[in-house]
Amino acid sequence: MRASLVNQLRVLVPVKRTIDYAVKIRVASDGKGVDQNVKFSMNPFDEIAVEEAVRLREKHKDAISKITVVSVGPPKTADVLRTALAMGADDAIHVEVPDKAVANPLEPLGVSKILNEIVKKAGEEEEVGLIIMGKQAIDDDASQTGQMLAGLLNWPQATYASKLEFSSKPEKGAEATVTREIDGGLGIVKTKLPFVMTTDLRLNEPRYASLPNIMKAKKKPFKKYTLADLGLEDQVKPRQEILKVAEPPKREGGAKVENVDELISKLKEAGRI
Amino acid sequence: MIATSMIPRVALRTALPLRRGFATSRVDLANTLVFLEHKKGNFAAATLSALTAAQKLGGDIDALVVGGDDASQVADKAAKLPGLKKVLFAKHADFANNLSEPLAPLIKKIVESNSYTHVCTGHTAVGRDIFPRAAALLDSSQVSDIIGLEGEDTFVRPIYAGNAIATLKSSDKVKVFTVRGTAFDAAALEGGSATTEEVKPDGVESLTDFVEEKVSESSRPDLATAPRVVSGGRALKSADNFVKYIEPLADSLNAAVGASRAAVDAGYADNALQVGQTGKIIAPELYVAVGISGAIQHLAGMKDSKTIVAINKDADAPIFQVADLGLVADLYEAVPEMLEKIK
Repeated sequence: MRASLVNQLRVLVPVKRTIDYAVKIRVASDGKGVDQNVKFSMNPFDEIAVEEAVRLREKHKDAISKITVVSVGPPKTADVLRTALAMGADDAIHVEVPDKAVANPLEPLGVSKILNEIVKKAGEEEEVGLIIMGKQAIDDDASQTGQMLAGLLNWPQATYASKLEFSSKPEKGAEATVTREIDGGLGIVKTKLPFVMTTDLRLNEPRYASLPNIMKAKKKPFKKYTLADLGLEDQVKPRQEILKVAEPPKREGGAKVENVDELISKLKEAGRI
Repeated sequence: MIATSMIPRVALRTALPLRRGFATSRVDLANTLVFLEHKKGNFAAATLSALTAAQKLGGDIDALVVGGDDASQVADKAAKLPGLKKVLFAKHADFANNLSEPLAPLIKKIVESNSYTHVCTGHTAVGRDIFPRAAALLDSSQVSDIIGLEGEDTFVRPIYAGNAIATLKSSDKVKVFTVRGTAFDAAALEGGSATTEEVKPDGVESLTDFVEEKVSESSRPDLATAPRVVSGGRALKSADNFVKYIEPLADSLNAAVGASRAAVDAGYADNALQVGQTGKIIAPELYVAVGISGAIQHLAGMKDSKTIVAINKDADAPIFQVADLGLVADLYEAVPEMLEKIK
């Protein structure tokens, strides 16, 4: 355990285990979800969040006391936390929910309540001063958790970030300039620590974990909580009942044309040009 | 909020067909607030689609307009939107740039003091930023990016990059949702005559300061709403080629320009042009994909287009599985030939 200095910053990075982005998902036979017997990995935006936290420490040496990764999910979620540790995080917190929760997943509101509690819990040991997380998970595509957490904490939020800069040492009260991806271009905001930032694609290029770092990650501190430990069992119950999950309507594509002339005449026929 | 049985007639006057017969709509009429996003007095297209979605709920609909000094003028403009009973407006320097920290508590306060049952807006960068924060303050589990409504509590939304469509029933007291702009027609700008009413915000707390916006200036149609879009991918190889091949083709079709993530990441095109799961989700009449292979994440952003044209050298590219018209050809020959022949 490294000695923690009061003016050092503890960064919390929430991550989610999702179906791998390259998997072509299939709707489950019961029509209530999607087939879960596929490859899972860390949500791509969360990798960017972990990377940003690690880079922040590389850039501002000794400013960051600890990078803590946290995830809410079934037992296998431990794998993505280990990946985050191998990328450079210092310790992990796993809020374990039973496997059946996969079929009836926690909603962003529930997850943000859990994270809110984790920020408090972690604070008993050492205060969290910055939260970096993905802008959305590629499974539910909700894009809510960071904003909800910021709202519950009453912290500022800087969403869809493509650039984070501190003009001074990142410590409590330090000012950050965040470039955000908005409709039509970029928006620049200034805010002060502590705040919640959500990552957009172009924030950085996440590193791969090296084999020695994967080995080292196995020895890093790893805490586990259940919802009962946090006293949140009743507060995070889903509010939404999934009635049906269906395949999207199929497109009748595939028709090829021989040349540009045929393409143009078909488009004209269809009244598209 | 005064609710009388006469009010739903206001909604009935709208040009858009109202879906009746939601199981609960007679007993428990919806009382909806639509947050109208605007820029320089022009309503965001997805905001007008959110209004259409709200009309499908039946019941009363009010709107909220926020802004700096322009708020009351924009509210007057909003009063003409069809089907609105009342337009609430709030003025404050910190509201001008749609910052979530002061706006989420404002929305919470207005929703609670008027007993709204539903609150919605477009699933735009602004809506996505403000609404979840407001939902958390209201202790409501938001439903993001809906593409359909099957009742006052039943929503349809895409998940897994649009590879599955979920229908879900919300048990929240206040339903907070954002609406996919391309899934509902935009409401007309005329036809209503709502009253306007100022809401005085109390204790605005600004936790974030707006610095500036760098919006790409373009004389071309807006990507999100253009009826035609020409998109370029990695095969363009350079920003120069993007300008040389994609832009003239777009101009000849009076189309907006789009790009795949690969083209944006490689620096060929601006971020704001990205079409896909994490960029813009569009559904134009005509989508022309040039040199785009068609990854799942890209398809998520354009597969609801009416007609998809693909031009790609690789006959096995996944884009051909969704394209209505596919041309297996080198774009460096096909695009100039198209330009020549479209004229």
